[in-house]
Amino acid sequence: MIPALSRILLFQLIGEILSRALMLPLPGPVLGMIFLLIALSASTRIQQIVRPVAQFILAHLSLLFVPAGVGIIAHLGELQAHGFGLALALVVSTMAAIIAGAAAFSVVAKLIGSVSDD
Amino acid sequence: MTDPFKLWSYLSSEPLLWLWATLVAYWIGDFLFRASRRSPFANPVMIAVVILGTVLLMTHTPYERYFKGAQFVHFMLGPATVCLAVPLHANLPKVKRALLPIVAGLVVGSTTAIVSVLAIAKAMGAGPVLLASLAPKSVTAPVAIGISQQLGGEPSLTAALTIMTGMIGAIVVTPMLNVLGFRDWRARGLAVGVAAHGIGTARAFQVHETKGAFASIGMGMNAVLTAFLAPVILSLF
Repeated sequence: MIPALSRILLFQLIGEILSRALMLPLPGPVLGMIFLLIALSASTRIQQIVRPVAQFILAHLSLLFVPAGVGIIAHLGELQAHGFGLALALVVSTMAAIIAGAAAFSVVAKLIGSVSDD
Repeated sequence: MTDPFKLWSYLSSEPLLWLWATLVAYWIGDFLFRASRRSPFANPVMIAVVILGTVLLMTHTPYERYFKGAQFVHFMLGPATVCLAVPLHANLPKVKRALLPIVAGLVVGSTTAIVSVLAIAKAMGAGPVLLASLAPKSVTAPVAIGISQQLGGEPSLTAALTIMTGMIGAIVVTPMLNVLGFRDWRARGLAVGVAAHGIGTARAFQVHETKGAFASIGMGMNAVLTAFLAPVILSLF
């Protein structure tokens, strides 16, 4: 637990520092994810240490969005002022983006003959 | 016995109560999600948000006070993002074989997300600040807030819009893509990661590991792409 957490936090820390020092458009945690990915590819020891804790944290990923989600109530007035139009924009746009993305992936996958194996 | 108002003022101002409430609200949400046999409409994040939002409104608790307790849960978002490398690594061979479809899905999904939300919101009479706050709504919250600031949006409004987008995506993705007949987990995962960031990715992991891994890639890559695309597309509106 502790060895895994210290490594996970270390990768995030490196990510945060680089993101700020180099003013990159990527946030620290996403950079940290890329660094951990490189480390996992390089070392099976890191895999053994990090995997169980990472799987535990990711199994409860939804929980972590609750505090930010409750922030919606802090904006209830503003959101209600735009009401229907805003709801329509969010719902239609999200649906359109999912369909467009899945369709584009599928078309290109078919063109190059890349099939899913599960 | 102590004055009940004193007791309440202690409880409501210390982190303990709201941290506990966050866990319990999510526990109820997750229980209902399982009881509904994992129906996408019983989204545990949405249920927890509705419960906590109702409690805060009824007890006149400001969000800032709630967040003092909830921040311990919120903090874990960063380390959890780093952890996404683990399923990504496990699926790396699949990812390498699907590089071209991934790029296609990313570019088309990301562009559609930005153009469509701006077009509809503008037609419904949204002003420039709301448009700038909406443009990065499909990207993971910390990045969306940064982009919104650059574009002249309102960062905390963007955070709320982003979370709403994530919940909408997590709810609609499974029934909608089933109806449309998309069966490739890779396509489904990538699309929901691009359109509905971390909340969509969390939903993807609940459904299938491959879908979750591709959603992580979609989310990560769209954070970068939207940072470049959003200013260009917004300038056209």
